[in-house]
Amino acid sequence: MASKLLTKLGAIRDPKIARNPNLPLNATRRLFSHRPISTPPHSPPSSPPDNGKSAHKKSKPTSSLKDLELAKFSAIADSWWDSVGPFKPLHAMNPTRLAFLRSTLCRHFRKDPHVARPFEGLKIVDVGCGGGILSEPLARMGATVTGIDALEKNINIARLHAGLDPVTSTIEYCCTTAEKLVKEQKMFDAVIALEVIEHVADPTEFCKSLSALTHPGGATVISTINRSMRSYATAIVAAEYLLHWLPIGTHQWSSFLTPEELVLILQRASINVKEMAGFVYNPLTGRWSLSDDISVNFIAFGTKNGQ
Amino acid sequence: MNRAITRKLAAAATNAYQSKVLRKNLCGGANASAATSTQINNHIHEDKQSFTHTVHPYDIAIVGGGMVGMALACSLATTPLTKHLNVAIIDSNPALGSKVSIKKEDPPDPRVSTVTPATISLFKDVGAWQYVQQHRHAYFDKLQVWDYTGLGYTKYYAKDVNKDVLGCVVENKVLHSSLFSRVEDTDFQKTIHPSRLTLMSLHPSSSSTVESSSSTEASYVNGCLAKLELSDGSSLYAKLVVGADGAKSQVRQLAGFKTTGWNYSQNAVICTVEHSVENQCAWQRFLPGGPIALLPMGDKFSNIVWTMNPKEAADCKSMNEDDFVKAVNHALDYGYGPHPKSSLLASADMFSWLGGNLVISANDSFEVPPKVVKLASARMAFPLSLMHAKDYASRRVVLIGDAAHAVHPLAGQGVNLGFGDAFALSRIIAEGIAVGMDIGEVSLLKKYEAERKPANVTMMAILDGFQKAYSVDFGPLNILRAAAFHGAHHISPLKRSIISYASGEQRLPLFS
Ligand SMILES: Cc1cc2nc3c(=O)[nH]c(=O)nc-3n(C[C@H](O)[C@H](O)[C@H](O)COP(=O)(O)OP(=O)(O)OC[C@H]3O[C@@H](n4cnc5c(N)ncnc54)[C@H](O)[C@@H]3O)c2cc1C
Ligand SMILES: C[S@@+](CC[C@H](N)C(=O)[O-])C[C@H]1O[C@@H](n2cnc3c(N)ncnc32)[C@H](O)[C@@H]1O
Repeated sequence: MASKLLTKLGAIRDPKIARNPNLPLNATRRLFSHRPISTPPHSPPSSPPDNGKSAHKKSKPTSSLKDLELAKFSAIADSWWDSVGPFKPLHAMNPTRLAFLRSTLCRHFRKDPHVARPFEGLKIVDVGCGGGILSEPLARMGATVTGIDALEKNINIARLHAGLDPVTSTIEYCCTTAEKLVKEQKMFDAVIALEVIEHVADPTEFCKSLSALTHPGGATVISTINRSMRSYATAIVAAEYLLHWLPIGTHQWSSFLTPEELVLILQRASINVKEMAGFVYNPLTGRWSLSDDISVNFIAFGTKNGQ
Repeated sequence: MNRAITRKLAAAATNAYQSKVLRKNLCGGANASAATSTQINNHIHEDKQSFTHTVHPYDIAIVGGGMVGMALACSLATTPLTKHLNVAIIDSNPALGSKVSIKKEDPPDPRVSTVTPATISLFKDVGAWQYVQQHRHAYFDKLQVWDYTGLGYTKYYAKDVNKDVLGCVVENKVLHSSLFSRVEDTDFQKTIHPSRLTLMSLHPSSSSTVESSSSTEASYVNGCLAKLELSDGSSLYAKLVVGADGAKSQVRQLAGFKTTGWNYSQNAVICTVEHSVENQCAWQRFLPGGPIALLPMGDKFSNIVWTMNPKEAADCKSMNEDDFVKAVNHALDYGYGPHPKSSLLASADMFSWLGGNLVISANDSFEVPPKVVKLASARMAFPLSLMHAKDYASRRVVLIGDAAHAVHPLAGQGVNLGFGDAFALSRIIAEGIAVGMDIGEVSLLKKYEAERKPANVTMMAILDGFQKAYSVDFGPLNILRAAAFHGAHHISPLKRSIISYASGEQRLPLFS
């Protein structure tokens, strides 16, 4: 599976994608191995429609905003910090994705990984920060964090919550979009957008904005859900319908990107993906771990050309 | 979240920015003047004046600065990822007030612990073992166990489990002061509150309409901090409260954790005795009323842990010293029954079905412990009991040591389990910090619980089994007990795993 992926990616270009050397090779048990059930709630997985992604053909080419997507988040905004509420999966994934960020960013920026605040001195923007689930740990790890989200409601909640701890009250929250920050000519050492790209109208434009926000030589990190059979079964059927982790309709399978597609559009935006890892859920422990299996949730670390 | 609260929080958030400035100044000042990192917080009033509204919250409040609480502090102080934490230690024990200097010639204390090789290596990791070595301590590499019926005995050797020692006997006060001295030698930011915990609130009631006058109070109202109230009238806040306050843990009760447990209608009589020669070995003999253990302490001293019914215990405590010494020598030699047969041939036949190598080397033969010549400390009696908390962790609270599980002193495992807890918790806190987590988050603390509970429950089950098997006089069934001894003596893998577990290795006994 892993080698197939690399060949496939290799067909697109010659990616110097290194597997995270710290990853355990033994992927944890998968959540579900069966195929999607017969009456699919959204578009049938057998013929992945292309129209969902080709949003650049749509009328709003300059904005990555998708009103329908934002309305979904607005409805559940109050529960951002309820670790067993609708955002439970993000809470549960947090240690795992932060471990990935810690190891990739420390290596790239030559920071000492053995200290409590290795990101001291790094300016990081958390794009689509929601209630600040990721921004707060980044601040505790020493980064100078800016959190942005398209929804005012999210920003308000993020601000209140961060204000409760002096360490996180340094986070600068702002209700804006990546495009607007680009116009303001803001730049960061690292630009991070986790679990956002599947909700934006135009992923290509979005990636260009992320790249424009990244200092040359800086890093861009994106995580999302793969558009695969397995992701259909787990992220939509299981997470939304069976386990009720996510409100029904949270995800539109057709707007998911495959790792190959993400690598390609990032490359076009001058970001070279250097490392990629999958997240797998272990139902026995209720924990997520990093693995080679990128068939459902995956995270990509890239660096911006230049300098 | 209702509007009013939201507004209040917004105000509080602004406050937080202001107090940050304050705090920065304070830290600068403290650093400049701090000769030692320990602050003894006797000056609460002063504190209140400098922060009219802001009570400086701690990262961690350790309630109980006993051996286990100090082990946690020591591990936090010496781990790169946790040494920056701001920690409060709450305990009225005067031993925490100033450096207690223990002199080598001080008479030995009857409260001792048998620390396992696993504990020794944890102490070495944090740099505390070198302090232990400056005081009286006694390693042993041999343990002889036998029973009063004369049917069986067995010997355990460190070399059987590829170790240099089976354990080391150290006075509790030495272990405690070693950990304390080690912490003192770091620049760890700790504040000792010489007081006792009286109240703890983790989840302020929703009706709490206190005007949040400080950011700390606001954080508390929102569940981001726990609030502790102390017997001296002061209060403090912390992101994480660690209950290291012993078997009668207040933290456990205030957090509402349930316990299971039972008392054995037995007491342990504990004291220190003197020999005319050095004792090199640990000894345990099962008597009709329960086991008696003789543990080497160095300097020709040994510690005695003798289990018996409460009436006998009371007698043992009150009889005159000479009679007591006689009773001890009797119990460790010909009392209650003969020495185990030196000729094991008959029984070797009897137990041949157990297989294994029946050849006994010369130094494997039965030995008699050195005679006790003198009582060297007061005699203390403790009831035997077993207690286990059903939960070790919830949001912002976690239990370690005897607060989570108290075992009878029979196998000398109590504090070793506690040290295991303390070092595991410290490691898990470091793991949380590595990924920027709030250290009071329940998902993090449950990870600690998941790691420690199985280890502790297993050991408790073994100790309970020991207790049941040896506290009753089975009459003719004693032969089975003797068989068990022979089994342990001859079947190496089994024996190895018993020692391994008792010496603090993680492997499950008997099933590995
Ligand atoms: C007779 C006897 C013999 C033993 N022999 C052995 C042995 O040979 N080997 C072995 O490994 N174990 C032995 N044990 C067990 C061992 O002593 C305990 O496991 C160990 O002391 C536990 O350490 P701790 O730090 O968890 O608790 P403790 O030693 O009980 O310390 C608790 C601390 O908390 C403080 N405290 C309590 N309440 C409050 C409060 N409300 N506020 C603030 N502070 C508070 C106390 O002052 C104390 O300092 C024995 C126990 C007994 C009773
Ligand atoms: C699934 S949440 C992820 C939150 C956060 N990044 C995390 O992983 O914890 C997606 C967030 O992206 C925000 N969002 C969606 N489209 C956006 C856009 N075009 N620009 C900025 N934020 C957007 C939503 O409001 C929502 O808060």
